[in-house]
Amino acid sequence: MAHTSVGSPEQYNYAIVKKFAIMALVWGVLGMSVGTYIASELAFPFLNFDIPYITFGRLRPVHTTLVIFGFGGSALFATSYYIVQRTCQTRLWSDFLANFTFYGWQVGVAGGAISYMLGYSQGREYAEFEWPLDLAIAVVWVSYFLVYVQTLRRRSQPHIYVANWFFMAFILATALLHIFNNLAVPVGLFTLKSYSLFSGAQDAMTQWWYGHNAVGFFLTAAFLGMMYYFVPKQAGRPVYSYRLSIIHFWALIFLYMWVGTHHLHWTAIPDWTSTLAATFSILLLMPSWGGMINGIMTLSGAWDKLRTDPIMLFLTTSLAFYGMSTFEGPMMALKSVNALSHYTDWTVGHVHSGALGWVAMVSFGSFYHMIPRLYDTKIYSVKLVYVHFWLATIGIVLYITSMWVSGIGQGLLLRAFDDYGNLAYTFVESVSFMHIPLVVRALGGAFFVSGILTMAFNITMTITAAKREQAAIEAKIAAKMANA
Amino acid sequence: MAEAWHWITQLGNSKIVALLLFFGTFVGILWYVFTNKQRSERLETYKYMPFQDDEDGDTENKAVTDDERN
Repeated sequence: MAHTSVGSPEQYNYAIVKKFAIMALVWGVLGMSVGTYIASELAFPFLNFDIPYITFGRLRPVHTTLVIFGFGGSALFATSYYIVQRTCQTRLWSDFLANFTFYGWQVGVAGGAISYMLGYSQGREYAEFEWPLDLAIAVVWVSYFLVYVQTLRRRSQPHIYVANWFFMAFILATALLHIFNNLAVPVGLFTLKSYSLFSGAQDAMTQWWYGHNAVGFFLTAAFLGMMYYFVPKQAGRPVYSYRLSIIHFWALIFLYMWVGTHHLHWTAIPDWTSTLAATFSILLLMPSWGGMINGIMTLSGAWDKLRTDPIMLFLTTSLAFYGMSTFEGPMMALKSVNALSHYTDWTVGHVHSGALGWVAMVSFGSFYHMIPRLYDTKIYSVKLVYVHFWLATIGIVLYITSMWVSGIGQGLLLRAFDDYGNLAYTFVESVSFMHIPLVVRALGGAFFVSGILTMAFNITMTITAAKREQAAIEAKIAAKMANA
Repeated sequence: MAEAWHWITQLGNSKIVALLLFFGTFVGILWYVFTNKQRSERLETYKYMPFQDDEDGDTENKAVTDDERN
């Protein structure tokens, strides 16, 4: 049985949570703006302007790094530090190390983005950081692990709430993935160039073991931790089934590690690894949907909240997108479907239905719940939360539908043969076909960026108002003390 | 004993051993979570943990119980 005791906000380290939350929004605005710009470059190549620093090839890792590690990573630091303190009812261990994770992480993300624009990249997808940054990130990550575990160890509750299990799995798996994927031999101490320890098919398998588990543990498990705390809190009712959350956790953790090779179907890897990855991808549908149902059913008996609470709209819609993208993923992992979808925009659309629909929406919902509480105030404008919700939703729908059209069309065109076995279409015909969907995708991105800009304004006004209220209260107290 | 270790280190065998170990563990977790009524009730009490340090004071965020939900 869990203990019952009420903690005061002063006992928690909220300063670190605030810093990470604000930086998440800063990186989110920057990263999503860069994403919209490179989406426009694909539709209108003149936007490259022959400037090497802003070409698609250099800005693409800037976009992925800023949104995954800058926005997503900072959001996870913020919410995990908030949740572990609130559910363990204890203060975060070591203010110094917590601050070190903050500054270390921000410098790592900024350093990565600048180095990519200057042309330094080790060319591993979602892990483009050169070796000195990789080492620095590993140190920051071990500090994060220490802060988290030590905080758990001094909890005042006998049980560790399930959200923390997901965060622990995320921290451990990310450390493992980061270290092994980046094993490399530097050319020299004073150069950024290094050579990977892996080569050929093994290198590809290591990369996609990292790549898909980054999706599984960084972009899924950790955000599920967020979901298991903020959905019940915002709904005002506990999670639908705690036992289902336990099964969800273990099944997800067990299955994810096996599926990376589905990114390498029909390549020079052993066929059995391909089949194994596809099989486990299909199995993964069960825990994914188990978790999604657990989250959505938390609202059971309170569906009316969807009419009145825009934060609940964000959280529930994120779960719907989680369900949709975790259905689409296993389907695309089937070899026959993959033969059509791979190397096309369908993959890009699938990634963004998860990244925008699930990761970003659950983060937005969680932030709208958490930030006013951190500053002990109310949100500046509920109407703007609605505006953000609809801008984001319309943006995602435009994005993924245009990518379905582009990707499926592209796949069909590239696979079409005439009666003599020749390719029916030239490559440039497929590019020409994709132009309109690419324009619509950029428009969808613009909608989504407008949404996060609205949120940034709303949050800025919320914090400003909170600081003003605080200053007024302090002035009143000071005046009273002076009169006494 | 050495022979047993040698047998396990063969890739073809270790795959099956690993599968049996993982699958067995997972079945064990299922059994642990769902079989005993008292244990089930105890596990379900943990779902209220996020509500135990509410300083919000707003009634909107007070958790409803399962009975109220149903």
